[in-house]
Amino acid sequence: MTLVARLAAAEVVYGAGRQALGPFDLDLAPGEIVALVGPSGCGKSTALRLLAGLEEPTRGTVTRTAGRGETSVVFQSPTLMPWADAVSNVALPLELSGIDRAEARAKAQIALEQVGLAASSHVKPAQLSGGMAMRVSLARALVTRPRLLLLDEPFAALDEITRRTLADDVHRLWDQTRPAVVFVTHNVEEAAFVAQRIIVMSPGPGRLVGETVMAAPLPRPAGFRTSEPFRFAAEAISRDLAASMRAAA
Amino acid sequence: MNRALNTLAPLALIAVLLAIWEAACRLTGVPAYFLPSPSAVAAAMIENGPLLLGSAWNTLATALLALACASLMASCLALIIATNRLLEQAVRPLAVALQVTPVVAIAPQVVIWAGLAHADRAIIALAVIVAFFPIFSGALTGLKSTDPDLERLFDLYGASRWQKLTRLRLPSAIPFMLEGHKVAGGLAVIGSVVAEFVAGSGGSQGLAWRILESSNRLQTAKTFAAVIVLAIMGAGLHAVLETSERAILKRFRGR
Ligand SMILES: Nc1ncnc2c1ncn2[C@@H]1O[C@H](COP(=O)(O)OP(=O)(O)OP(=O)(O)O)[C@@H](O)[C@H]1O
Ligand SMILES: [Mg+2]
Repeated sequence: MTLVARLAAAEVVYGAGRQALGPFDLDLAPGEIVALVGPSGCGKSTALRLLAGLEEPTRGTVTRTAGRGETSVVFQSPTLMPWADAVSNVALPLELSGIDRAEARAKAQIALEQVGLAASSHVKPAQLSGGMAMRVSLARALVTRPRLLLLDEPFAALDEITRRTLADDVHRLWDQTRPAVVFVTHNVEEAAFVAQRIIVMSPGPGRLVGETVMAAPLPRPAGFRTSEPFRFAAEAISRDLAASMRAAA
Repeated sequence: MNRALNTLAPLALIAVLLAIWEAACRLTGVPAYFLPSPSAVAAAMIENGPLLLGSAWNTLATALLALACASLMASCLALIIATNRLLEQAVRPLAVALQVTPVVAIAPQVVIWAGLAHADRAIIALAVIVAFFPIFSGALTGLKSTDPDLERLFDLYGASRWQKLTRLRLPSAIPFMLEGHKVAGGLAVIGSVVAEFVAGSGGSQGLAWRILESSNRLQTAKTFAAVIVLAIMGAGLHAVLETSERAILKRFRGR
């Protein structure tokens, strides 16, 4: 099985010897959901930019089999164009890749329906709630049917109830095309809920500290948050995090 | 109720100040060429109404023409410069030097260059110089103010330089450019009045000329009337620009 992306001993150094990441290894198989958890500044966003091909590593190698237009990123803030309505924002990736306007907008409208925003397609970002704006951002990421979906703390700015709904949405949407997903979060429970494999990183420059595998069905069954496997995984991740912080101290 | 009070309060203050001024003039018997009473100013304004309005229109037309020229030149220059960092480094000090030089300091020379027979050209050129900088600086800031994550997104989807310019950087610059035009509008009026003062000859027939003319003849009431018309015109232009800025932004952002 060919990997979607691989980081091999990847290191990123910014400016005068400020090491931001690594050496860090990550293998990403098609269709799997991996969570990256680690303290602030450990290089999670940097790792994501490497995976997206937006940056080159200083040392080590990055291999990507997802081609141009097959990778999507969702940032911590919705990152929508404030002057464009929801459907234009979602149609952007298609229009940039040369698909004609009418077809792009029709596909964007379908993507908006899938995130439950069919009625808001002509609303501008300033008139959307935080959760709705994030859904538009998700729709934009999925409209190209990517093979690799990178989520950088997408729900960090939202309230707990909205976060949980969106986590379910991510699984439901993932199930339609099964992209490989890398999900960055600060939240241990969110990582255990969303991902099949949870990787804990050390404080910056981030390295691998531990890995937890979450062998439960996706999308998650009802009541999953109170189940044994969920609690075990959450505890394992917390232990890894504690170890990573101790190693730094 | 509250809104009515808010609009009435400044009017009431003006009325009280005018009343005190009027009473002071009458009681002290100060000569009209030194300080005319408000009623004398009002009379001068009515008597010279058509003349003042015509002059105001000349000044306003000059300012608007200058604003349009400055807008075109500053936006184009900003657009060219924003695509090249070295060019920006080269131009910025010159632009700043242009901005901090008072327009009166260069006005006489510009008048000579334009030719004494073409004072109107000199006035427009000077007003353009004054109005240039806020638009240029706003456009340049705006073109560079794009959200870095949005820029990454455009890179990720393989946007060309042209697509990034037209679909990302130009729209991002719009709020900054509107602000720049609002400031430049006020400056263009000031610039054309100052330039007119310096050019100061028959060729120009704007409000500044009316002020010079009447004050040379000690027609102080007419001077006051011209200054008041100028102030009202400036405030009016500002209000129009501000309202259109808000309206455009509202359309732009949807709220
Ligand atoms: N463009 C850059 N230039 C210089 N240093 C950078 C740059 N981007 C990130 N860094 C540095 O690299 C380190 C890792 O940053 P990164 O944004 O990847 O962390 P993170 O794990 O995503 O943190 P957070 O959880 O706060 O988002 C930080 O110390 C940061 O200051
Ligand atoms: Mg980050």
